[in-house]
Order: sequence, then C-alpha cells, then structure tokens
Amino acid sequence: MSSWLEHLIAKSSEGSAGKTGLWRTFKPVHNVEKCNRCLLCLYYCPENVIKVYHHRFIIINYEYCKGCGICAEICPQDAIEMVEEEE
Amino acid sequence: MSLPMESILLPGNPACQGCPHALGLRALSVLENVVLVVPAGCTTIISGVHPKASFSVPVLHVPFASAVAVASGLAAAYKQEGVEANVVVWMGDGAADIGFATISGAAVRNEDIIVVVSDNEAYMNTGIQSSGTTFWKAKTTTSPGGKSEEKKDLAGIMLMHRIPYVATASVGYLQDFVNKLRRVSEIRGFRFIHLHSPCPPGWRFDSSKTVEIARLAVKSGAWILWEYDGRFRISSPSKPYKDETKRVPLEEYIKTQGRFRGLSGEDIEEIKKKVEEQWKFVLTMEKTFK
Repeated sequence: MSSWLEHLIAKSSEGSAGKTGLWRTFKPVHNVEKCNRCLLCLYYCPENVIKVYHHRFIIINYEYCKGCGICAEICPQDAIEMVEEEE
Repeated sequence: MSLPMESILLPGNPACQGCPHALGLRALSVLENVVLVVPAGCTTIISGVHPKASFSVPVLHVPFASAVAVASGLAAAYKQEGVEANVVVWMGDGAADIGFATISGAAVRNEDIIVVVSDNEAYMNTGIQSSGTTFWKAKTTTSPGGKSEEKKDLAGIMLMHRIPYVATASVGYLQDFVNKLRRVSEIRGFRFIHLHSPCPPGWRFDSSKTVEIARLAVKSGAWILWEYDGRFRISSPSKPYKDETKRVPLEEYIKTQGRFRGLSGEDIEEIKKKVEEQWKFVLTMEKTFK
C-alpha cells in the first residue's frame, strides 16, 4: 500500500477517545477479601478494563475505566465499591 | 460461564458509560475472523476518532440503507478470494428501519452473513427519536407524550423470511447471547440476531443499571428470548416466564426508566395487553415450528 493511503486507514489502538478515565466521578474499588473470583465483573465490563492475573488478582485499568458502575452492581459478593473521586 | 476474556472493542473508546453496545460487541468476540460492517449509528461513533480506531477487527463504515447489501457483496468477494471471514453487520434499530429493504432482500437471497440488530428502542445517536421498535408509550423527543404507534417485532418479521437462523438476545444475558453466536458460527446462510440493548441516556436511567434493566425486561416478560434454527425454542432465561404468575410485575421494569415517567394505570394495562399478545405469538410459533 502506498504511504499516503496508509494514513487514510485508522489504526487499532487503545484510548481512541483519549484517557476516558477522566470521565469518571465514581471509582470502582475491588475488595480482595470479599471476592470469590466469579469474574462476572470482567465479563460484564463494557469497557473491557478489568483483567484477571493468575486466576486470582483482579486489576482494574483506571486509565480508561469510565466508572459506569456495572461491575459494582453485578457483583454477587458486593466486592466492588464505588468510591467518589477526589480532585 | 464461558465468555470471551477479551473484546474486539478496545478500552478508551468513545462509548457512553454503561453502553449496551459495548457489552454486545464484547460477546461478539467469540466469533472468529470477524469483519464488521457498520451503518451510521452509535457504533460509528464508538469506532473511534481518526487516526485511531477502537476496534481490533476490520470495520467498514457504510450508508444506512446499503449496509446489508454491502455485506452481501463483501461475503461473496471473500468467498471468491478464498478468505475465511465472518461478515457481521452490526446495526442499530434506526439502520434496521431505514435499511429494511436490503435486509429483507439479503434474507430472501439467503446471503452468507450475520446481521445483529442492537436495539436500544430509539434513534439514540441523533438525539432519541422514536423508532419502529420503540416500546409502547415510551417518551422520546418525537413522542413527548409517549409513543402511540405499534412496536415492530423485527425478529418476528425475519422469522417469516424462513432464514436458517433467527434469535432474540439480551445484553443482560451475555451467556445466552454467546451460546447463540456459537450456534450461528456453525450455520451458513443468512443469520439474524435481535439484541435488546437498554441505553442509559436514552431510556433515562443510571449507567450502572444497564444489565439489571435488561434482565428486568426478560423477567417481566417485556422482552422474550427465543431462537429458531428450523426448530423454534424459547431460550432458557425466558423459559420460566412462560408462566405468567412467575413474571416480575411489569411496573417493576417500567418504573426503573425515565422514559416511562408519568404513565397512567390505563397506559400500563394497555402495555400489559400488548406484552400478552407478544407472548401468545411466541408460544404459537413454538407450537408451529416444533
């Protein structure tokens, strides 16, 4: 493909709308003790920012998490709490 | 649960908080070699701002009415070139209203494509105008007193085309949706899924309630999950609600959404009658296509 044409095609990348974490007013905070690793939060995260490592550690990517709160709502163990963001 | 761990939609995309399309697209990631065809709608915006794209799969943006026609041609071209590809048209109910002629045409020709209509029951991207599938009595900017027209049963119409596969799904039951997508990948020909997608800004509810409201729609019987692949079956999340007494009262579903604010008891009775008619239709279909 010629180089000028290359520029016309958009490239897949994270953050196509910028750092969407800045949209957040409430932040999901994960409680390891309460969590039973059912991973419902991961499967139902519209933003795909929840990851699990070694079948155990749940990490939320706050750079892009928009704070919609679906994860906290869906968690059967109430292991995710929505905490108001500070300045 | 056997849902995809990764989504074809990358983080940091322009979708609203709690967007149901993002959930649907996440489930769509179970399909292999997806090529998305997207007519104008919310998903056009969600695809990202140039030069960045928020999808990890090829996306083709097309005008409203041509979406399914373009997909037909694309599928034929891939076949001729010997490229393995699942051409998926991801459209909203707006594009399905405007581009219905090409959907119907491709269905009659039995083109080898998948069409998913992610139905948020109004034209959300242009500012919440009433659509063919808008729920009875729902307030939109073009029906400020509540929709007085009928609600179109899109999946029912597609069923009458006698295509190889038709199903309804909901973002509240992603496992069911994923099962249906797996079934879809085993079948060739025209496959159609009507996905129920509660929209937080459009239906006026909090972004954290998307899944809960989608589930309430199924539990109250307002949205019925079924599939047809030569045989018609009511899907397992909807099965218990064949029995009217098991259903959650419709008021529970209605009161969660701002678009139904100020409905009279009479209006609710009328909606209940419509929902009952829909159940009758679905149960008749179940008997007809055993």
